[in-house]
Amino acid sequence: MSGGVDSAVAAARAVEAGHEVVGVHLALSRMPGTLRTGSRGCCTVEDSMDAQRAANIMGIPYYVWDFSERFKLDVVDDFIAEYAAGRTPNPCMRCNEKIKFAALLEKAMALGFDAVCTGHYASILTDVDGNKQLHRAAAWAKDQSYVLGVLTADQINHSMFPLGATPTKAEVRKEAAERGFSVANKPDSYDICFIPDGDTKGWLGERVAPVTGDILDREGNTLGQHDGAVAFTVGQRKGLSIGTPAADGKPRFVLEVRPISNTVVVGPKEALAIKEIAGNKYTWAGLAPEHPEVEFACHVQIRAHADPVPAVAQVVSTTAVTGIDGTVELRIIPAEPLNGVAPGQTAVVYVGTRVLGQCTIDRTVSAVPVSTPEMIASASPVPVNA
Amino acid sequence: MVVYLDHAATTPMLPAAIAAYAEAMGVVGNPASVHSQGQNAKRMLEESREIVAASLACDPIEVIFTGSGTEAINLGIKGLYWARAPRRRILVPGGEHHATLDTVEWLAEHDGATVEWIPLDEQGHIDLGALAAAIARDPLDVALVSLIMANNEVGTIEPVAEVAALAAAQGIPVHVDAVAAYGYIPVDFRTLAAAGVSALSVSAHKVGGPVGIGALVLGRATTVEPLIHGGGQQRKVRSGTQDVAGAVSFAVAASALSVEQLAGQGGGESARLAALRDRVIAGVARLAPGAVLNGDPVHRLPGNAHFSFAGCEGDSLLFLLDAAGVSVSTGSACQAGVPEPSHVLRAMGRSEAESHGALRITLGHSSTDADVDALLTALPAAHAQALAAGMADRVPGH
Repeated sequence: MSGGVDSAVAAARAVEAGHEVVGVHLALSRMPGTLRTGSRGCCTVEDSMDAQRAANIMGIPYYVWDFSERFKLDVVDDFIAEYAAGRTPNPCMRCNEKIKFAALLEKAMALGFDAVCTGHYASILTDVDGNKQLHRAAAWAKDQSYVLGVLTADQINHSMFPLGATPTKAEVRKEAAERGFSVANKPDSYDICFIPDGDTKGWLGERVAPVTGDILDREGNTLGQHDGAVAFTVGQRKGLSIGTPAADGKPRFVLEVRPISNTVVVGPKEALAIKEIAGNKYTWAGLAPEHPEVEFACHVQIRAHADPVPAVAQVVSTTAVTGIDGTVELRIIPAEPLNGVAPGQTAVVYVGTRVLGQCTIDRTVSAVPVSTPEMIASASPVPVNA
Repeated sequence: MVVYLDHAATTPMLPAAIAAYAEAMGVVGNPASVHSQGQNAKRMLEESREIVAASLACDPIEVIFTGSGTEAINLGIKGLYWARAPRRRILVPGGEHHATLDTVEWLAEHDGATVEWIPLDEQGHIDLGALAAAIARDPLDVALVSLIMANNEVGTIEPVAEVAALAAAQGIPVHVDAVAAYGYIPVDFRTLAAAGVSALSVSAHKVGGPVGIGALVLGRATTVEPLIHGGGQQRKVRSGTQDVAGAVSFAVAASALSVEQLAGQGGGESARLAALRDRVIAGVARLAPGAVLNGDPVHRLPGNAHFSFAGCEGDSLLFLLDAAGVSVSTGSACQAGVPEPSHVLRAMGRSEAESHGALRITLGHSSTDADVDALLTALPAAHAQALAAGMADRVPGH
C-alpha cells in the first residue's frame, strides 16, 4: 500500500472478496521526506500514514517493510548505471521486476502469504487450460500492463490486480470516497519516486560525472563538443550547440549516445526511425509461446504511454554475431518504423490485450541507411546489465 | 487473547490510575488561581507531586512535571547546557535513547556544542576509563554529562553513581535518563544526588500512568535555563498551566513504586519480573539456540529480554508473533514505521546484520507466567518461518 488511492481500493476489494489481507507499505528510501508537496514524492511519512489510515478503515493489520537497501541497489543504482552506459531505463519496471514482485513476493511467500495484491491497472485472466495470463486493464487510459511486462509466469500466479476490470480511475476514486478513504482525491504520482523534484537530468548530473566529448555525424565526422554524453537522450534536438549547420540546413537530432567513447551521434530526424529492435534479455509473461522461433504477429509497445504498434516478432539465434553457441535474442520488426527508441528501454509484446513478454532493447536498426546497408544503432555489443 | 510483551514501549495504565484520571478531569480549577477551586486544584497537584517525589526519593520541590519523558530529557540537557555557558563540551555514551541523541546533536548543530561520544563495551556499559580520560582533557569546558540509567533497548544497567562521581569531582553536572529504569529498579535520587547527579528524567506511562506527563527531577541546588517561557510555574523552569489530572493519575501509578517496594524484602515487583524474564531467556535459549542475549546478562532491567536472532529479520519475527497474538518489538526507533538498524547494538560493536535480527521482549506489571507460556508456544513456528524468509529484504553480503 503506497498510500495512494489505487492500492487502498485494491486492498479493500481483496478484503471483500474474502481474502485474509495484510497491508504492507514498502519503505524504499532511508531518508523519507517528511511531507508531500503536490503530486511529487513517494515513501514520505505522510504516504505511510495515509496507507495506514486506509488499512485502519478496512480493519486489516498494517506493517512497513524496509526494502530500502535492495531498492537502492536494484533500482536507484541500476538507474544511474544504465544512464551512465548510455541507455534509458524504466525504474518503475525495474522496481516491479526486482522489488514488488521479487523481494517482496519472496519474503511474503516465506512468511506464509499466497500472493501480492497491488493497485496496478492490469488484469489476470485464466485460459482454458488453467494457465494465468496478464492482460491490459479495462481502463486503457490508465493501463499499466506495460510496466508489469517483466513478470514471469510464477510471479503472475502469485499476483492479484483487483482494479483490472474497473473502467475508469474516476470510479476508483468514487469508490474510495464511499469507503471513507482520506486518499480518495490524492493526486496521482507521475514522477520517478526517488527524484522528488522531477529534475532527472539535474539529479543524474550530480551522480554521473560529466566528461567533455565529441559530437559526431553518422559518417563519423566531428561536428562539435558536448559537455557530458549522459545528459543526452535519443531524439533530443535542443542543446546540441553545434557551430556549423547541417549541409541540408535541417535540424539535427541525437541518434545515439556512445558512453564508451563518450560520443554523441547526431543526424536528421528521419534517421531516428527504427525498423528493427532486439534484446537478448527477454521474458515471457505467463506461458511461453510454443514456437517462439517461428515469426508471429503481435503488437509492440516501447514506452509506458506509447501506442502499441503492429509488429512481427521471433526468437532468433545470435550465435553468428556473438560467436557463442546457443545465444538468442527476441527480434521485433514493427510494421511501421518507430521513433524515439533508445537502448535500455523495454519493448513489451502484446497479442491482443494479452502481455506475451518483453525484452530490454539492446540493439536497434535505423530505417535510414548510412553508407553501409544497416546501421547498428547500439553503443557497441555492450552486455546488458544482468 | 493478545499477549502484550512490549511494556518498554508503554505499559497498560493501572485501573486505579484511569479512574483517578477520569475523576480529576472533572474537577475545575487552575492551580495558579487564588479562589477555592484553584486552591483545591493546587492541593490535588501538590499531593500528587509529593507521591511522585516519594517514588523517586526526592523532595517535592525537585519534581518538575513535563509533557513527556522526552521533554524532561530536553529540559535536563539543554537547560544545563545553556545554564553552563560558555562551556561547550557534552559527554554522552553512544547507545542513548533518541531523546538524548537528537537533543545533543541539535545543540551541536545549532548552538556550538561539542558532543563527545563515550564508547560502550560489548554488553552496553559505558567505558568509565574513557569517560575519565575525556573529562580530564579539558574539565573546565565540560557543560554536562548525560547518560541513561538502564538502556531502553538492551536493558543494561549503567554505573550511574560511578559516572556521577567522576563528573562531580570536577564540578560537572550529570543528567540521568531514568525513563526505562523507573518502575523496574529503584531510582533513588537522594543517593544519586549525593554521588553527583543533578537532574533525572522519568515518564508516567512507563509505570502505569498516562501518556502526556513526565517529570524532570531537578536538584534544588541546580539551575537550568527553561525551554518554555510564560507564567513562571514550577520554579520558572517549566511555564504552562499545570496538568492536575495527569499528575493525579501519575501519582496513583507512582504510589505502587516506592523505592522500598522495588528493592524491599525479596525484591518485590523487580524480583517477580526478573523470574519471568529469566523464563523468557531460558525458553529462547532452548527453542532458538542461535539467538544471542544482548546486554548485561546479570545487571539488566528485570523486565527486559533482548536478543539477536541470526539469519532472520527482527521485523519478520515481530510480524509472525503479532499474527499469533503476541506483541513484541524490534526495540529500535522507527522512521515511518521502518525499524532502523539499532544504534545501541552498533554502539556495542555489533554488525548491521546482527542489528537487523533484533527482538525485544519486555515485561511489566500486568505480565504473568501465562504470557511467557504463550510467547514460548508461538516462538518455534514463528522462528522457523522467519528463518525461511531469511534476509529477503537485504542485499546479499550486507
